[in-house]
Amino acid sequence: MSRKLRATALAGVLALAVSGCGGVGGGDDEAGGTATRGTLTTMGFGLSDEIATTRVDAFKRDHPDVELKITEGAFDEQQFLSAVAAGNPPDLVYMDRKLIGTYATRGSIQPLTDCVDEQGIDMGQYRQAARDQVTLDGTVYGIPEFSQVRVLYLNEALLKQAGMTADDVDLADWAGLPALNAKLAKVSGGKLTRIGIDPKIPEFLPMWAKANGVDMISPDGRTAKLDDPRVVEALTTGLKLIQDQGGFGRFKSFRDTFDFFGAQNPLVKNQIVAWPMEEWFLNQAAKNSPKAELVVKPFVDRQGKPLTMSSGQAWVITKGAKNPDAACAFVKQMTATDTWFAAAKARADARKAAGQPFTGVWTGNLNADKKIFDELYQPTGNKRFDDAVATIRAAQDVAFAMPASPAGAEFDKAWYDAVNRVLAGQEQPAPALARAQREATAALDKAAK
Amino acid sequence: MATTTVSPPAPGAAVPGRRRRTPLARREARWAWLFLAPWIVGFLAFQAGPMIASAWLSLTEYDVINPPEYTGLDNYRELMADPQVARSLGNTVYYTALHVPLVMLISLGLALLLKRVGRLQGFFRTVFYLPVMTPAVAVGILFLLLLNTQDGLINRGLALVGIDGPSWTTDPDWVMPGIVLMSLWSLGSTVIIYLAALQNVPRDLYEAASIDGAGAWARFRHVTLPMISGALFFTLVVNTIASLQMFTEVYTMYFGNRQTQTSFNSDAATFYVIHLFQEAFQFLHMGYASAMAWLLFLIIMGITLVQVKLSKRFVYYEGEDQ
Repeated sequence: MSRKLRATALAGVLALAVSGCGGVGGGDDEAGGTATRGTLTTMGFGLSDEIATTRVDAFKRDHPDVELKITEGAFDEQQFLSAVAAGNPPDLVYMDRKLIGTYATRGSIQPLTDCVDEQGIDMGQYRQAARDQVTLDGTVYGIPEFSQVRVLYLNEALLKQAGMTADDVDLADWAGLPALNAKLAKVSGGKLTRIGIDPKIPEFLPMWAKANGVDMISPDGRTAKLDDPRVVEALTTGLKLIQDQGGFGRFKSFRDTFDFFGAQNPLVKNQIVAWPMEEWFLNQAAKNSPKAELVVKPFVDRQGKPLTMSSGQAWVITKGAKNPDAACAFVKQMTATDTWFAAAKARADARKAAGQPFTGVWTGNLNADKKIFDELYQPTGNKRFDDAVATIRAAQDVAFAMPASPAGAEFDKAWYDAVNRVLAGQEQPAPALARAQREATAALDKAAK
Repeated sequence: MATTTVSPPAPGAAVPGRRRRTPLARREARWAWLFLAPWIVGFLAFQAGPMIASAWLSLTEYDVINPPEYTGLDNYRELMADPQVARSLGNTVYYTALHVPLVMLISLGLALLLKRVGRLQGFFRTVFYLPVMTPAVAVGILFLLLLNTQDGLINRGLALVGIDGPSWTTDPDWVMPGIVLMSLWSLGSTVIIYLAALQNVPRDLYEAASIDGAGAWARFRHVTLPMISGALFFTLVVNTIASLQMFTEVYTMYFGNRQTQTSFNSDAATFYVIHLFQEAFQFLHMGYASAMAWLLFLIIMGITLVQVKLSKRFVYYEGEDQ
């Protein structure tokens, strides 16, 4: 054995000894899983609220031999890649699910097949849309957390002023949307002072396309469908709604002044009538403007069938993780039904202490959601908000997600850029999306090599 | 500081081929190297090393995660044909062409005014320099608000004089002027440099020029400008380099956090370094990004060399023969 090889082997043995990690399956712990000890490092996660701290505390309590080191802060690609390049990646990374395909293809994160098997993680407990985003070519690369869905928010007070009710807002009738928008929007003195309908593009274009019967990318994440006429029609529809309200410059400038997190939110200030948005706004509205005349309806396709787009986070174990056993035990416990329930209870208690309503937690775990809403959630007594919670709960069951893709970042950039060029008036929808299709296809082909 | 005087050789004495240094000169040289050592070590470790590494990586297909694979000049060929590279480079040069002259002109004007302020000069010097202390990210966000089409202070100000302000952040024709406007926020450093240079111009030169009948403009043109030309040249070079490397403020304004990706971004705001950053850290094309970095290095070096060459004609340094 050469001197260099002997030194390398020795270093490896020492490293294993020091980390207390002898590879996957180092023995049985009290819960019947693999024994976990040593140091466990994470990146991209923060202990910002009771949902995070309660779950982390549960893991620490059940795994006293694991020294958990959480580097707080949002996921930062530069930080992550630098750690990977330096050969010192964290064990676990918490990232947006849409990034998983790219990192899985490059081999920077581990397949979780063994982790799922050995820890007995029931992947069926996670929502289908979340599973789609953490699975590439049939292999699981991440354990999902949270499920953010989009629903349609309506300011009923403004609808009444226009002589309408929430039932008159029919997102299935694309042909009728411009007329509806014209009745609801308010432009005075050349300034937009009230948005009628905000289509929320570019962000929600995949949902509008889905409503028109087409996915912007194939389920395996390898074929772009950006130049499909139905995507073009979806973009054209959204564009018209914006152009009819003074053009994107005025529209965006007005929208940029909104404070969705405060007491002076656009609902209270009567700045917008109808807009699709993530479910978290309901929490903010319940907290900041409980008396607002808010109605929440499902986003629907052109046949009137409810649909929504889901997104969220996921835990991944990095290639080169020093303590994969502990990492696997951690993600199992963080996303387990009982852990989520304990975290949701902590939030409900905190809200109660603050005199604020608890509108639920959408965990991405079907069983946890059911337990939380069956056993913990109490209707607030405010029918508007209670109905809204029911609408969001139903929407969770009809959610789709953009699937994991080996060139997810470049695919997203291609269609975002296309929509932005259209909104800026530089290009028409069809040629813009045709160019995006070429760019996305080139990136996907390159990633497939 | 100690100085060394070398006596000329005595007449008739043999002049050695290489002059021997005195012990004092050798000791001074050792001290000089010692004081230079931290910078040299820093340069070798943190600049020369990464530069050599990036030169190698520019010849490879490298995604940071897997080992680099040698591909020769493929990256350079690809970037020559990449329309995004051409577009981002065009935007960057356009910005530089607007930003550098404007910063120099306005800074010089402010410095000339400051010189006349008298006792309050210290206060105003601080005031002009304060914006430089603002974090670049904060500047980006601040100007997104100021440049808001409907409610931004800038368009409100324009409205007062009857001008319907443009869509600074969404109209492709106005995005770059908006960014240039933002960039003027932090011209305090240049103002301070010019002020220092102006204060170093000997008063007797102005007096002599006045006696010769020179008016204000002639004194400025023939006394002030030549005497501060060194400072002008310095700021021309550093502002040009900084402009060609523009990143943080524009990235904050238009590209934000990719995880949320809710901000509108425009082709018109895609600067070269932003495109480089995206290629490196979002699309994991580190080899390609390295080639982009070297192209930018060569461009900056070329421009700086031209500036240095031209400076010999226009720049006066005190103590040199003219």
